[in-house]
Order: sequence, then structure tokens, then C-alpha cells
Amino acid sequence: MGLLDLDGQEVLRRLREWYTGKPILVLSARDQETEKVQALDHGADDYVTKPFGVSELLARMRTALRHAHRIGADATTITIGDLVVDLASRVVTLAGREVHLTPLEYKLLATLLKHAGKVLTHRFLLREVWGPQDSQENHYLRVFVASLRRKLEADPARPRYILTEQGVGYRFAVD
Amino acid sequence: MPDARPNPDLLLAQVQAAEAGTKRGSLKVFFGYAAGVGKTYAMLEHARRARTEGRDVVVGYVEPHARPETEALLHGLEILSVRHIDYRGVTLREFDVDAALQRRPDLLLVDELAHTNAPGCRHEKRWQDVEDLLAAGINVWTTLNVQHIDSLNDVIGQISGVIVRETVPDHVFDSADDLELVDITPEELLERLNVGKVYLPGQAQRAIESFFQRSNLTALRELSLRQAARRVHTDVESARRAKAAEEPWATAERLLVCVGPSPTTARVIRTAKRMAAAARPARPWLAVSVDLTGAANAPAQQQIANHFRLAERLGAETVTLPGQSITETILDYARSRNVTKLFIGKTHQPRWRRLILGTVVDELLEQSGDIDVYVIHGAEESREFTSAPGRRRPVSRWSYFMSCALIALTGGVAYGLRFLHLADAEANTVMLFLATVAWTAYRYGRGPAALASAAAVLVFDFFFVSPFGTFAVDDTQYIVTFAVMLAIGLVIGTLTARLRAQIESTRQRERRTSALYELGKQLGSLYGSSFLASAAGRKIAEMVGGDVAIYLRSQAGALGIVCGQDGPIAGHPVSLPTAQWVVEHDQVAGAGTNTLPNAAALFLPLTGTQRTHGAVAIRVADATRLVEPDLRQLLEACVSQLALALERDQLAIDAAEARIQAETEQVRSSLLSSVSHDLKTPLAAIAGASSSLLESSALDDETRQQLLETVAEEAARLNRLLENILQMSKLEAGAAAPNRQWHVLEEIVGSALHRTRRELADHDVQVMLPTDLPLLFVDGLLLEQVFVNLLENAARYTPAKSHVVIRAAVDGRMVRIALSDNGPGVPAGSEERIFDKFYRATPTVDGGRGSGLGLAISRAIVKAHGGTMTVSNQPGGGAEFQLRLPLSQDAPRVAIQ
Repeated sequence: MGLLDLDGQEVLRRLREWYTGKPILVLSARDQETEKVQALDHGADDYVTKPFGVSELLARMRTALRHAHRIGADATTITIGDLVVDLASRVVTLAGREVHLTPLEYKLLATLLKHAGKVLTHRFLLREVWGPQDSQENHYLRVFVASLRRKLEADPARPRYILTEQGVGYRFAVD
Repeated sequence: MPDARPNPDLLLAQVQAAEAGTKRGSLKVFFGYAAGVGKTYAMLEHARRARTEGRDVVVGYVEPHARPETEALLHGLEILSVRHIDYRGVTLREFDVDAALQRRPDLLLVDELAHTNAPGCRHEKRWQDVEDLLAAGINVWTTLNVQHIDSLNDVIGQISGVIVRETVPDHVFDSADDLELVDITPEELLERLNVGKVYLPGQAQRAIESFFQRSNLTALRELSLRQAARRVHTDVESARRAKAAEEPWATAERLLVCVGPSPTTARVIRTAKRMAAAARPARPWLAVSVDLTGAANAPAQQQIANHFRLAERLGAETVTLPGQSITETILDYARSRNVTKLFIGKTHQPRWRRLILGTVVDELLEQSGDIDVYVIHGAEESREFTSAPGRRRPVSRWSYFMSCALIALTGGVAYGLRFLHLADAEANTVMLFLATVAWTAYRYGRGPAALASAAAVLVFDFFFVSPFGTFAVDDTQYIVTFAVMLAIGLVIGTLTARLRAQIESTRQRERRTSALYELGKQLGSLYGSSFLASAAGRKIAEMVGGDVAIYLRSQAGALGIVCGQDGPIAGHPVSLPTAQWVVEHDQVAGAGTNTLPNAAALFLPLTGTQRTHGAVAIRVADATRLVEPDLRQLLEACVSQLALALERDQLAIDAAEARIQAETEQVRSSLLSSVSHDLKTPLAAIAGASSSLLESSALDDETRQQLLETVAEEAARLNRLLENILQMSKLEAGAAAPNRQWHVLEEIVGSALHRTRRELADHDVQVMLPTDLPLLFVDGLLLEQVFVNLLENAARYTPAKSHVVIRAAVDGRMVRIALSDNGPGVPAGSEERIFDKFYRATPTVDGGRGSGLGLAISRAIVKAHGGTMTVSNQPGGGAEFQLRLPLSQDAPRVAIQ
């Protein structure tokens, strides 16, 4: 991110103006959360801080590619583990049992699923779920995520699907 | 006079500029014995030479009456513009000290050091301007005639018959770094005078003519030569002393001057100064006045105050002693201070009085023993001190009327008693009258008492001595009665009045002493400069019955008002610049002094042993009170008490800071040694493993694998350690102010568990959080770090398969979070110490070492959230970490539906 002649965030922003449809991973020694949020808001798919292990980087790259691939596919049903979401009929089932979600909960889940594997910032999620004009605060999101976890996760304190990226946002785990 | 008041902002700017100047400028005096010897000419000539040598020379002020030759010398030199001041319809040209300070040349020429400035200038005298210039680091050349030196003033007045009012204190002249004597023979000077080459002010033509006589000029020349010679002597002396500092000092001799209200005193003071200065090294000298209880009246006090100021200017230490007898008090004091020579003025008193009552001079001569007494005869009337309108204590007409009324009443009572045959004897009547006179004296003072005595005699004569109803007397014996009655009345009156005055003055002194004592006691019990200042300010205001403001220097050196911010002094525009000046020069200024006299108040510096801490400003309704020596001494005593208290306070702060500094230093050094050890250990392992890999090709696969694992592990450890150190230093520097938001505890714990899932793979972690826990207002990242640290510790210090339980519960206004395990627990007695930086309780389960920072960081984070963190061993075994975080009453509630 710390380049000699231009700020990395600016590079990212300009790159995203024409380079679409392919994932961008940011590798940086800057570990400030605001930096991460900014990069993600500028269109990065993931942010890996130095130092990192090669295996971790490879895993992240795989996730990003799979995710990019999925967006291309025109699926109506998403299946991850025990969780099955029928996007057409808006029915969520967990291990065969239907889970009742409120409209906002469903919208939140759908948004996370649509970008599964990618870190979504608080701001992005709030805008997507509550709408651009409604500027809710981060804790709305937290309370809804907590409620969603209670309905979907076996152990809400150890989520398997909706992972927290502290200080940045959430990510729907795909593997 | 639109220009009379100095612009405070400008003044302030200059005062600050003066502060910035580091080195004091040097002063060179072109010294002559009379006008016309060519001082200005010589100065300008030297200046031109200096300019050709490349110095930055500016002419600050040269008298406008310069002769053509002098004018020619001025040509080509940079000349500062003068200030024009309208004074009583006349426009006066004055040297502009502000412009000079702004220009800041290397060398500034200012003619006529003894000049008195027009009202409205910064200072009363030009030499004070020059002092400011020198203080600002500007080198100054100036001119001066011998008769303007303060201590020579009266001698020259005697020689020439002309008294010069414009004088320069000796210390200014003595402090000149360089003296250039400009000398021509009196014949030459008179020749010049005849040709009209010497400027003479028109209005004093006659006096000046008598001044310029050959005999006068010769005497003046001699004086100036002697001054210059003395000066050379001093220079040689100081140079010699600088070389041989071990030379023995002459035994200290002290001179003492008796100061009284008489105009002779000024002469006595000057004589003493000359005697004191003539010795090598100069002797210290004292100016002493005896305050006979209740005896001195206001104009006399005023004169004594004037004399004291003169003595102070000439370098004396001034003392006022209370006492009953002038002779005894002075001699006692003189002996206590090792005085060897005593100076007193000859008193002009009628012969009869001298014969009957004796004089102080006679008594002194009689009792002085081994002290030399110098009796100085006085001039007829010194014109220097025009007696200021005294503040006579007003004795109202009412008092006189009342004294007469009381006598009339006494007469009535005596008449009634006689009528009733209760007190027939005339002696009783006389006693009654005398009693009334005594009462009048006590109540109304000496004057009314004298009137009452006279009235008593008349009433007695008229009503009680036959023939009644007339002033005629049958029996001549009554004449004696009247005379004795009058005399006794007067004596009683005088004694009673004096007694009363004594009581009054004792009471006043007592009040002041107790006030000073109280001030001292109060200051002794307080801490903090602003508290000290406001306490002292209140006390001083109460003591003098006026307004007080106190300015103190901050650590950075800026002057700020700390007491009396709303008072009238603070509101005055000249107050702050005056305070600045006072602090800068460590001298008294403001109302009642010669410096910045148009300020609202008297400003006294808070002089400490190392620096001036600030200034105290005092304003009283009657400004003339500020020159009273009594009040000044009291104020100075108070101010020096405050200065001492401030110093003590500062020392205490310094000591505390030094202690903190030492502690910080110790922590830093222990941190450094620990960090360097912890950083080097993994680095050594990495370096060792990688070099083995590089250099030995004959390694089997298993060994290679082990070495590679070592490198990876140690690198990870190093990374963790660095992160911890960074975070710790951020927390300690206060840079990591918590970014607090409303959080769900479950999410934070979950996130921490996710991050430590690998370390805790072999442990059984249970999370038991109530679902209705309110939102916490915390920094999610930091709190997550706390849990990560605790969980990592659990993984490190408990064996595999151990149970870890995380619980939370609302406890009043706090939320209590407990993280417990069933491992070995923390070593007994180290429950507090494990939170210290770089404290490691026991080896970890895998035999490795932690960073020793995790718990310190965790506790710092919890503390930053207003919470607490402790650890204890559970009864059933294992450690339990307890976190208590404050709950907010206004935690938001979010409806899911």
C-alpha cells in the first residue's frame, strides 16, 4: 500500500475503474483496520497483512477465485454444508428443517451469500440491507448478525458460516 | 495628547523581542566635563570609523542643536526617526526607543544619557531607555557630562552654583563597558564659547554664563579626569582580580547613614556614597531611619521615603528601625552590622533647644565608642526635593468643636456639683477639667487637647474664680493655678496623644505581623502555584485594602495572570506589558515608581533564588500610599514570602518529576534488556537453523524438516512478540484511544475463538453467555485482543484436554466475565505480578516462553475501558481470570422484528 509515488488506495481505486469481474487481493504491512476497510470499499476482495504464510495466501486466493467464478454462475439454490438457501422462493433450510427468518435477516443473509467468501465491510452491508439513505449504526448490523447466528449456527459463539472480521465487517465462509 | 499612552501590543512585542535577545549589549560612554567639549562630535567620528569597518551603525538620537561640523558627520549615517510628543502646546522631539528595538542595529548612538523624557514616553529617563536597549542586546554609545552623575551632583552644585536636575544613577555609569574621555582645556572651551560654537539653552542664559567660568571649568575637568582615572583603576583592579582570585579580601567595612526628613540627608547620603565607592573594593553601606513610634508626621515620612529612594539608587541597603531613642537604636543596629563609619547631618536647631534638649549628633558622638562619626553640614535648603504635599492626618473641625463642647459640659457638671455642695473645693473642679483634657487628648489628639486646656482655664476663670462672670481675678495667686493648670493640661494632652499614637502604631504593626504570619502559615500548607498565588493575592488585598493581581510565568516562560483576572488591574491595557517588564528586569515598576508610572498599579517582581517567578500588582485608591516605606516593606515581605512558597512548590514538582523520570528510565531499561533478549533468542534460532540448511548438504530429510519448522516457528514467535511490543507501546503512549462502539460480547468472544482455534485445538472450550446480555460499549478489536491473549495463555499453560469455560453475568452496573480453566493455576503469591510486563510465571506446557506482555496488555486494555482485571485460583484447582467492565444505562436496544 505504501508506494513511492502514489498511494496504494488510489491505485486500487483507479484499477477497479476498468479491471472488473476479477478478484484483487491486497498484501500489505499496514494492519490498521481503517486501512483494510478503505481497501475493501475501493474494490479489493481480500486483504492479507504481512507477515503471512504461503499456505494461507493460497487458501485466500482460492476462495477469491471460487467466489469470482460463482458470481458468473446463475444459481437459484445455494448449498453450503447443511445450509440450503433457495433464492427464488426465499426459503432457508438447515439440515432439512425450514428456518424462519425476518425479511431483514433474509436480506442480510442473501447479501452475504451473494458475495460469499468475500469480506464485506460494515458500511457495504448497511447500505445493501438497509438502503443507502438509511444510515443505521454498526450495532444494528451486529445485533442482526447475532440473531442470524443463533438461528443458523450450531454454536453461535463459534460460527461456522458467518465469520467476523473484527473492525472491518463480515464474511460468509464457503469452506 | 493622543500619543501619550504607549501601545500595549507594541510594548508587549518589544518586551518579547527583548526576551529573545540573549546577550546584553555593551555600553560606551563619551564622557566630558561640560557642554561644548565635543562629546557628540567624538562619538560621531568614532561611529563613522566603525561603519567603515562594516558595523551596522544607526543614529538613534542626536540633539538637534548640532553644529555644522557635527551635521556634516551625520551625513551618510542611518538616522532613526524621532518621536514627536505634544506637551502643553509644545512639540517635543524624543528618542524613539520602540523604533530602535524594532530596528535592532548592532550599534546605536544615543546622545545625552541624562536626558529626561517627555511625559508619555516609556520611561521617565533616557538612561532607562538605554538599559532596555542593552538588555535587548543592542550595543549603545552615548554621551554624558560629569555633573550629571548622581553622587557628584551636589558637589558640582556647590562648585558651580547650578544644580542640575537631570542625573544618571552611579550604577549606570559604573556599568559602562567602555569610557572615552573627551577632554579639551578650559581655555579652548572658553574660546569656543566666545566664537559661538557652543550651544546654550536660551532660558537659563545667566546661570549658564556663571557656570562657564574658568575656575568652575577647571574644577569640573578635574572631577571628570578623576572619574575616568577611577574607572581605569577599577578596570585594572577587576582584571587583576580575575587573574588572581585567591587574593585575600580586605576586611569588610560598613558605612551607615542616618536618614531623616531633613533636606541635609540628601547630602549626607551622597557623601557616604562617595566614601563607600572610594574604597577598593567598594564598601557596602546602609541607610537607616528610626521610626519613633508615632512621632513622624506624613510629610516627614514622605521625605524619608524620598531619601530612601535616593540611597537605593546609589546602591545602599535601606532599613527602617522601630525604636524609642534614635541614638540607641542606631548604635545598636550599627554594632550588630559591623559598621565602622557613621554619617549624620548637622541639625539646624535654635541654640537654646540644643542646650536644653541636646541633639542626636551630640548623643551619637558621646556614645559611639569605636565607630567613627562623620557630621555633614547641610545646605540652607536643597532645591532638589520640593516637599510633596503631605498627607497630614486630617483633624476635623468637629474634633475642636467637640473639645470645646466637652469643656463646656464639664463646666456645667462642675457648676452643678458646686451648686449641690457635692464638690466645693476648687481643686475638684480643676481635676474635673484636667480629666476632660486627658479624655480629649485620647479621643481627638494633641491639637484639640491644647484647645481644651486653654478653654478649661478660661471657663474656670470665668465661672469658678471670683469675681464670677468676668475674666478678672481678685487673688493674684490664681495666676499660678492657671499657669500650672494650662501646663499640666498641655503635658497630659501631649503624653496621652503620644500614647494613643503609640498604641495605634503598635496595633498596626501587630496586625501586619500577624497578617504576615498568617500568610506564611497559609502558604506553607498549600500546593500548586495558582493556589498559592490566589491565597497570597487575597491576603495582600485584605491587608492593604486594594486590588491585587498576580502574574506568573508558565513552564514555557509566558506570563499569565493567575489571580485577579476580573479585577480592574487585569483590564488595564498597560498591565501585562508592565508585568513583563518587571519580570524581565527583576525591578519594581508601575504607579509610584519612575518606570512605566502610568500603569494602573504598583508591580513588584516575585524574585526567587534562581529566577523571577512573576509579578504582583497592587492598586490602592490613594496612589500616594504606594510610596510609603512602611507599606512598601510590608508588600515586599509578602511578595518575597510568596516567591519563596512558589520556589518551594516548584522544587517539589521538580523532585516528583525527577522521581517519575527515574522510574520511567528504570522501566525503559528493564524493557530494553528484556526485549533485546527476547528478540535475539528467536533470531539466533532462525539464523542457526537456516545456516545449517545452507551449509550442510548431507542432512537427512527429517532433520531438514525439523530445521525448517524451527525457522517457521521462531519467525512466528518473533512476529507475535513484535506485535505485542508495538501494541503495548501504543497503549502506553495513549495513542490507542479505544474506538468504542456498541458490541455483542458473543461476537467478540467468537472472533477471538476463531483466531485461536489452532492453539486451542486440543482444548475443550465452553462458552456460556446469557442471550439477554446488553450491548457493551467497547473497542471490539482491543477487547478481542484481551480474549485472544487469555485463550493463548490457557493453551500455553494448561495441558491438553483441559477445560476452559467462558461465562458472563450482569452484576449491578458492571458485567462480570470469567475465563476459568482446570489447569495448574497461577503460582500462589504471583496473582498481581503476572500482570507486570515481562513477568513470566512458569514455563509453558511446551517448555517455551511467552512474550511476558500478554497479560500486561490485557489489563491495560481493560483499564482503558474503565474496568478491572484480576486472577485467582479456584478452590477446585485451575485459574480464573475475572474481567469487570462497566455497563452503560443507555445501551441501545435493537428490535429484530
